[in-house]
Amino acid sequence: MLPADVLIDSAQILALLALITLLTKPLGGYMAKVYLGERTLLSPLLSPVERTIYRLAGIDEKAEMGWKQYAIAMLLFNMFGILLLYSILLLQGGLPFNPQKFPGFSWHLALNTAVSFVTNTNWQAYSGESAASYFTQAAGLAVQNFLSSATGMAVMIALIRGFSRRMAENIGNFWADLTRGALYILLPIALAAALLLVSQGVIQNFSPYLKTTLLQPIAGPGGRIIAEQTLPMGPVASQEAIKELGTNGGGFFNANSSHPYENPTPFTNAFEIFLILLIPAALTNTFGRMCKSQRDGWAIYATMMFLLVIAVGALYMAELGGNPLLALQGPNMEGKDVRFGLGGSALFSATTTATSCGAVNTMHDSLTPLGGMVPLLLMLLGEVVFGGVGSGLYTMLAFVVIAVFTAGLMIGRTPEYLGKKIEITEMWTSVITVFTAGILILILDSIALVTTAGTGSILNPGAHGLSEILYAFASPSNNNGSAFAGLNANTVFYNVLLSVAMLGGRFIPAVAVLWMAGSLVRKKYIPPSVGTLPTDGLFIAWLAAVILIVGALTFFPALSLGPIVEHMIMSGGY
Amino acid sequence: MAREIKSAFDKTLIKTALLNSFKKLDPRALWRNPVMLTVEAGSVITTINFLINLITGRGDPAWFTGMVSLWLWLTVLFATFAESLAEGRGKARAESMQKTRTEIMAKKLKKPEPGAEFETVPSIRLRKDDYVLVEANDLIPSDGEVVAGAALVNEAAVTGESAPVVRESGGDRNAVTGGTLVIDGSIVIRITANPGETFLDRMIAMVEGAKRRKTPNEIALEVLLVTLTVVFLLVVLNLSPLSIYSMKAAGQGHPVTLTVLVALFVCLAPTTIAALLPAIGIAGMERLFHRNVIALSGRAIEAAGDVNVLLLDKTGTITLGNREAAAFIPAGNHDVTELAEAALMASLTDETPEGRSIVVLAKRKYDLRVKDLPEHAAAVHFSSETRMSGLDVDGHSYRKGAADTVMRHVRETGGTIPSDIEGSVTKVAKTGATPLVVTRDDEIMGVVSLKDVLKGGIQERFQKLRSMGIKTMMITGDNPLTAAVIAAEAQVDDFLAQAKPEDKLKLIREHQEQGYMVAMTGDGTNDAPALAQADVAVAMHTGTQPAREAANIIDLDSNPTKLLDIVETGKQILMTRGTLTTFSIANDVAKYFAIIPAALSSIYPQLEVLNVMRLSSPFTAILSAVIFL
Repeated sequence: MLPADVLIDSAQILALLALITLLTKPLGGYMAKVYLGERTLLSPLLSPVERTIYRLAGIDEKAEMGWKQYAIAMLLFNMFGILLLYSILLLQGGLPFNPQKFPGFSWHLALNTAVSFVTNTNWQAYSGESAASYFTQAAGLAVQNFLSSATGMAVMIALIRGFSRRMAENIGNFWADLTRGALYILLPIALAAALLLVSQGVIQNFSPYLKTTLLQPIAGPGGRIIAEQTLPMGPVASQEAIKELGTNGGGFFNANSSHPYENPTPFTNAFEIFLILLIPAALTNTFGRMCKSQRDGWAIYATMMFLLVIAVGALYMAELGGNPLLALQGPNMEGKDVRFGLGGSALFSATTTATSCGAVNTMHDSLTPLGGMVPLLLMLLGEVVFGGVGSGLYTMLAFVVIAVFTAGLMIGRTPEYLGKKIEITEMWTSVITVFTAGILILILDSIALVTTAGTGSILNPGAHGLSEILYAFASPSNNNGSAFAGLNANTVFYNVLLSVAMLGGRFIPAVAVLWMAGSLVRKKYIPPSVGTLPTDGLFIAWLAAVILIVGALTFFPALSLGPIVEHMIMSGGY
Repeated sequence: MAREIKSAFDKTLIKTALLNSFKKLDPRALWRNPVMLTVEAGSVITTINFLINLITGRGDPAWFTGMVSLWLWLTVLFATFAESLAEGRGKARAESMQKTRTEIMAKKLKKPEPGAEFETVPSIRLRKDDYVLVEANDLIPSDGEVVAGAALVNEAAVTGESAPVVRESGGDRNAVTGGTLVIDGSIVIRITANPGETFLDRMIAMVEGAKRRKTPNEIALEVLLVTLTVVFLLVVLNLSPLSIYSMKAAGQGHPVTLTVLVALFVCLAPTTIAALLPAIGIAGMERLFHRNVIALSGRAIEAAGDVNVLLLDKTGTITLGNREAAAFIPAGNHDVTELAEAALMASLTDETPEGRSIVVLAKRKYDLRVKDLPEHAAAVHFSSETRMSGLDVDGHSYRKGAADTVMRHVRETGGTIPSDIEGSVTKVAKTGATPLVVTRDDEIMGVVSLKDVLKGGIQERFQKLRSMGIKTMMITGDNPLTAAVIAAEAQVDDFLAQAKPEDKLKLIREHQEQGYMVAMTGDGTNDAPALAQADVAVAMHTGTQPAREAANIIDLDSNPTKLLDIVETGKQILMTRGTLTTFSIANDVAKYFAIIPAALSSIYPQLEVLNVMRLSSPFTAILSAVIFL
């Protein structure tokens, strides 16, 4: 590759990240207003709708909840979502909008898929165009795309109230937070984004699959001549927008964002990356504003951006180096689309795993060993580099609590953050939030490695197979949902085990975070003084170090037997 | 008494601590420290492994397993030893205190009167609100308040201070402590503590460390450490299937052995901090004890590290207890020598520090000789009615007193008031000094300016506190003018003048409502409510019983500036914890680089690249990591 291409790629990456930075403050401010119940630009249009929803559902949006009540409401709502989606998937064969006459899912695949979409994971053990009807896609999966993101944001907002309120009992009303997040934030942006995607060629229809004649017939397996191609159709654009915006990542088609109907041009590629980062980045400002300390919001933003830039750089460099064992030297383009180039692919891969999106425009399995380790590591760090909508920030705040605790001790004060003392409950909930995914991965991949049901699904031998298993557990446990491929995941064993990973990885931290909010909200506010630990500046480096060290300590042995040794084998010419 | 034990490395202490460190290996005793318990489990596993290797000759070389298990045992022993040593020092001290407590016979009175009948009972049978008679050479049987009489008491048993102190009924000096000795006089005491609750009992319990409850901060840190330990345990358990899979994939090598897994786990687990955590807490109390401060809870010391507002009594803390004469300002047509002479005469029999300082100033500055007191000289002592003191001699009467009292007196006796006296009084008051007006017969001679003397180096201490983010606040009964001058001179951040006890309480509440942690010192009964409200409350040992009960820290030297030491100790405890934790965890990264290549090189020789420390053989690599843990 020419240096000029590297320059163009870098410019594209930097411009996109700069745009996100610019929008963080205005969107963050808008979201703060929405959750504070203040008037916004969209209020004249949407507040009648909001009031109608409350009236129909019999909700008193002003009735505040304690953390337990909030957690129960959140859990019940999501359990109901799983049941509903599970039923739709099982009964798909008898439901409308099914021109291809797809039958219902098997019980374990339906369970896995229902859990996957409700937990904002969007791990897909099926392929969309050959298993899911339009009804399933639009009324089942896309609905959960909205609701799971709104749930993540609601939990986040409850935690913010824990920090910002003083000596109070309640952390807000779950139903109101859920409704406002979906109605004022997700729906308008997704609508605008879908229209923009349609203008670029993303399809939106309910027609049966098209049969077209190939211009040049090709020879298929067994010498059969293939002259016809089936083009899958569907309401893609509407689902594509929320797929990125809500960091869901479940593709309409199996090929996800590398499919030309989902992501046709370099522009839509950049736009989709932009959508993925938009809300997680802006939430840092919402957090700062609602806690009356925008500096702290920016400090977290800076930590996330710092880690993302490192990750993108590492991934890009690894791919640029290519594979020295090939006779044809150059960047590694296997599994990448020339439409997006090295820059558009590297940024997408890093972004989709830094956030818990999991949409892919590149086959991660085909990345170089170290290049593939970057998405893996971003997930293993706990999805805090922007992370999922809401969930990324609350996991990051759990890291902040741990970082503040250790740094605070070192300056000789019992630690506090945003004027709230960090004590036993805060520590318990933080370690639960931070370590749940890691513990799940360590336990579940041990099970997979020692059972034949586990190892039987591995398609690639050697160290790469280990990376595949590690990725397969890292992704659902952290509610990312992207796949490394190379693993046959549609088995009873993997469907059930990964459902456990997704449920645990989503709801254990979410309840812990609400518990933390309930503990924080009761505390009094301690005004900062000269002796208070500053939580910006040097603290950003400390926080990044804590995140990296915790991740490294937990996964260094696994990584060294997977991608690291694979890289050494490759570079050593074995 | 606090000075009896000179060093931590006393031979007998070490012996007992060593013995106890083995006793503490009992898992039932070790469960309080879960991290070390897991290390002990690891030690047992490797020891069994060592025996198997030794007998069967299979698996890892026996010398290697043996060394690993030896080092693990040493690690556990180090932890139990550190705790035993810290506890042992407290115990030794408690034992010396216990001696003073044994078998005191008390004269229990039927009625609270000195002449009433009494029966002799052992002190442990005394209950609250019993009355006892204590005479010269008796030990005071329990904590109480003097309700009648006065006595000279030697409190060395508690304070280590051999100079006896006066304890008398009424006022702020009525508290007595069990175990102290009455040297002279006879007093009736109302007992204020049941057996087991006395000051001595509480002190013994504290220094023994028996009742040492973990502080919230300590528990929060333990939560983090235990979680990390659990995660590391899973990491190690995960390594076994990982290595088995990799061995099959690579087609060579052997899986990681149990000994190596245990070694890796113990290296990773935060053993350093977990081993020292109990000792750090005890050591903090120790450190205070060396400064003659008893912390009644570990929480109080930690809270001291967080204090951001310090309420300090002016007198005794910021200034020396006594004011000193600084200048003579004559009034009317008298000259300064005349005034000095009159002031000297008025103060000759005044034994208060202020009076003596006037004598000293007059002698030093004006070279006045003290004549022998004529026999017919009559001292007039300060009384609450006249509010003046002085001397009648040679037909003259010399008096001194507060400006308004003296002037009223002069006016009443028909004397004249010089025109410049008001000006002088105000001028003196404005400089923060206290004006005393001196008269000879009915003539006003002038003003003596009594100045507060700041304690040496007090400004630097406040400067240091300010840089630590702690706001200092001076509390004084003085008028605002005087208070402002002293506050400025001492460089405190704020002051409260003409403070009444209820003002203190209000001030503390206000600050706490804004989220500040407030520390204060006090000694009087009227300080008790404020002490009870403050987050860190230091009572002077010379203070009253209610004050001592309301406090959570007792200063045996009754030196109010100790508060500053307490704050520093609180900070040091937290810093030690933080630094050790960070060190312990950051260190783990290095250990991975030592152990992982060594443990897995039989499967993937390529991993040798990670062996950045160039350790020659897998066994030495693992051993060196274990030793270094």
